[in-house]
Amino acid sequence: MTTKVNCKIDNISVSVEQGTTILEAAKKINIKVPTLCYHEDLCVAGNCRVCIVEQVGTDRLLPSCATPVAEGMEIITNSLRVRNARKRIIELLISEHNADCTKCFKNTKCELQSLASEYIFNDEGFINLVPYKNYKEVHLSPSISKDDSKCIRCQRCVRTCSELQDISALTVAYKGANMKISTFFEKPMYEVVCTNCGQCVNRCPTGALVERSYIDQVWDAIYDSKKHVVVQTAPAVRIALGESFGLPPGAIVTGQMVAALKRLGFDSVLDTDFSADLTIMEEGAELLNRLRMSLKENDTTVRFPMATSCSPGWVKFMEHAYPEYLDNLSSAKSPQQMFGALAKTYYARKRNIDPKNIVSVSVMPCTAKKYEANRPEMHASGYKDVDYVVTTRELAMMIKQAGIDFLALPEDDYDSLMGESSGAGVIFGATGGVMEAALRTVYELVTGREVPFEHLNILPVRGMESVKEASIVINNPLPEWDFLDGVELKTCVAHGLSNAKMIMEKVKRGEVNYHFIEVMACPGGCIGGGGQPIPTNYVIRKKRTDAIYSEDEGKPIRKSHENPEIKMVYDDFLKEPLGHKSHKLLHTHYTPRNRY
Amino acid sequence: MSDVKQIVHNLTNQYGKSVESLLPILQNIMEINHVITEEAMIEVARELDISAAEVFGTATFYSFLNTSKPYGKYIIRVCKTITCMMHGKNQIIEEIELMLKIKPGETTHDRLFTLLETNCLGQCHQGPAMLINDTPYTQLTPSKVRDIINSYLVLEVSNY
Ligand code: SF4
Ligand code: SF4
Ligand code: SF4
Ligand code: FES
Repeated sequence: MTTKVNCKIDNISVSVEQGTTILEAAKKINIKVPTLCYHEDLCVAGNCRVCIVEQVGTDRLLPSCATPVAEGMEIITNSLRVRNARKRIIELLISEHNADCTKCFKNTKCELQSLASEYIFNDEGFINLVPYKNYKEVHLSPSISKDDSKCIRCQRCVRTCSELQDISALTVAYKGANMKISTFFEKPMYEVVCTNCGQCVNRCPTGALVERSYIDQVWDAIYDSKKHVVVQTAPAVRIALGESFGLPPGAIVTGQMVAALKRLGFDSVLDTDFSADLTIMEEGAELLNRLRMSLKENDTTVRFPMATSCSPGWVKFMEHAYPEYLDNLSSAKSPQQMFGALAKTYYARKRNIDPKNIVSVSVMPCTAKKYEANRPEMHASGYKDVDYVVTTRELAMMIKQAGIDFLALPEDDYDSLMGESSGAGVIFGATGGVMEAALRTVYELVTGREVPFEHLNILPVRGMESVKEASIVINNPLPEWDFLDGVELKTCVAHGLSNAKMIMEKVKRGEVNYHFIEVMACPGGCIGGGGQPIPTNYVIRKKRTDAIYSEDEGKPIRKSHENPEIKMVYDDFLKEPLGHKSHKLLHTHYTPRNRY
Repeated sequence: MSDVKQIVHNLTNQYGKSVESLLPILQNIMEINHVITEEAMIEVARELDISAAEVFGTATFYSFLNTSKPYGKYIIRVCKTITCMMHGKNQIIEEIELMLKIKPGETTHDRLFTLLETNCLGQCHQGPAMLINDTPYTQLTPSKVRDIINSYLVLEVSNY
């Protein structure tokens, strides 16, 4: 049994488990103490001090996020002393802050701004130090912009990158008045080990770290009557976009989102879930091919475990941290890039449109997708396969700019040709989803029978556990696959790059013998992506995940290979998985990158 | 293996590969090379299996670790805080500038001396004070500073 401690906060008694902080105890009785450096996903830093409270009978103010409740404590969260001190602290932050809120990407979505709005500040405050600081603004990455003049040095980003991702691309450099958040030698983020996952962006309370926005370019394309603008939407967008319009996390807004995109003026509203199904066909075929070469043809050069490659954050991580394992990555492109390559070939041909007039836009829960779309090798169609990537947050902004009453929209359906998808494509958005989708298809291809899980729900690979393992024994395969008879297919699923690193270290040490691993760079998978609505935390990730699986359950088709549009694209265009066309359009290669 | 790789490699062998070794390793690189370069930091990060940005963060935090241009063999750090200022540190700096033809932050062409200003050396009661590498000098006057620097020059000449 855990011990309880009792305290009084603003004269209300509360009893909490030992170790609970004053902040958490206050939250329990609905008292809001403001915070800046604190974030549910991260360890406590205690550096901003806006969460200070007064302990009756002592003369020091305590940071409530970093102070555990002690028996008999009496806390006041809103005394004159507390409010005065808090106001000073915010004033000091603002004195070093380039507070041009109306021109800021985070305007109305900024925690510093909303805190400042609760106090009135006038010119009596501290001297504005901004002109004396050598602040730098860096827009060099295709994914992320960093503006030091907006940084309050709360270090959420640094903790995110080291705790959640175990990358530490960002650090605290220099000291005192010169202290700043920096990459290695202040190099641009695309060049260093940063994976562009955007988890830091999702946790930055201010406009210091934001996604590089392509909203204007997308509008330009829409307004250009000569252009045919297609848009694809990733699985995880439909279950999170509603949050930007006040809906609770986990609200499914697929129909409204499609309707909104049509109203924005996209010529064709299509689905990344379609190309997720395609990814399963290609990646599944690649896995079976590796198994055949290894088990039947005894080819010892075949690499296992094969690893998924649909998370561009994970891919860049591998390129930096494990360049000697790049052959383990599936050569299949991510669904976004498969879609892009087909949009300007297959789709263009079928719809009789000159590919040079097609602009392909994607809406992603992810900032790394922006980087991915800008990789030089992603020109398989002869053009830039995906022209612009916007995040879930940017799409919400566009909808607001267009004056669309999102919540009142009637539901609409995706357009056809690359708009149809199976439930397997949908669950790509959650950790374990790609594995589940792949197993549903691979098992059936090999045995002719459905995967032996109730309702096709492969529960062992689902959920928020950091690392999940599952294995399936293949019995009585079809004659073509007889070499797989009795083989136990071993798989592993990890999300968040710190977990990915753990798995890779085990692979390196030879402690595990998986055939197939799925890794998503972001905690929870794409539903917790860096481009998703802010805040994102454990509870919200869970709700979005539940929504993804209920979307899957509701789909008439649950397996990638049964998607009629997938059958059609192979019949009419690609011919077969891993075939000549697939190889050219849907597969890629990787680049070893530096250690910093 | 390049020089710096070899140096880092030897130092990690000496101090071990745990994160606690980071600071002594950086200090030693500083002593040997008078600078900690990008390449050196990447090597340290690789050897200790930590991020290069973390090494950069640590290196830039300590003012005695130099991450820009290589310093000279003798690093002169004149205390710039208020008591030393009142004791006449400006005259001391002027004297050094005159003698070595460098300004604070610069290094002589023969790579012997770097002139820096530093925060309090804890010698307020006998300012103005300066450090040359690890040796403190106090109650300086312009002529005393001339003698001190001359003594280093003489030392150098006798080493030829
Ligand atoms: S970061 Fe926040 S406070 Fe600063 S300018 Fe932007 S909106 Fe305003
Ligand atoms: S960049 Fe954002 S998260 Fe990082 S320290 Fe600055 S304000 Fe905090
Ligand atoms: S984008 Fe991801 S990898 Fe890059 S600094 Fe932010 S958290 Fe770290
Ligand atoms: S939120 Fe408690 S110190 Fe920053």
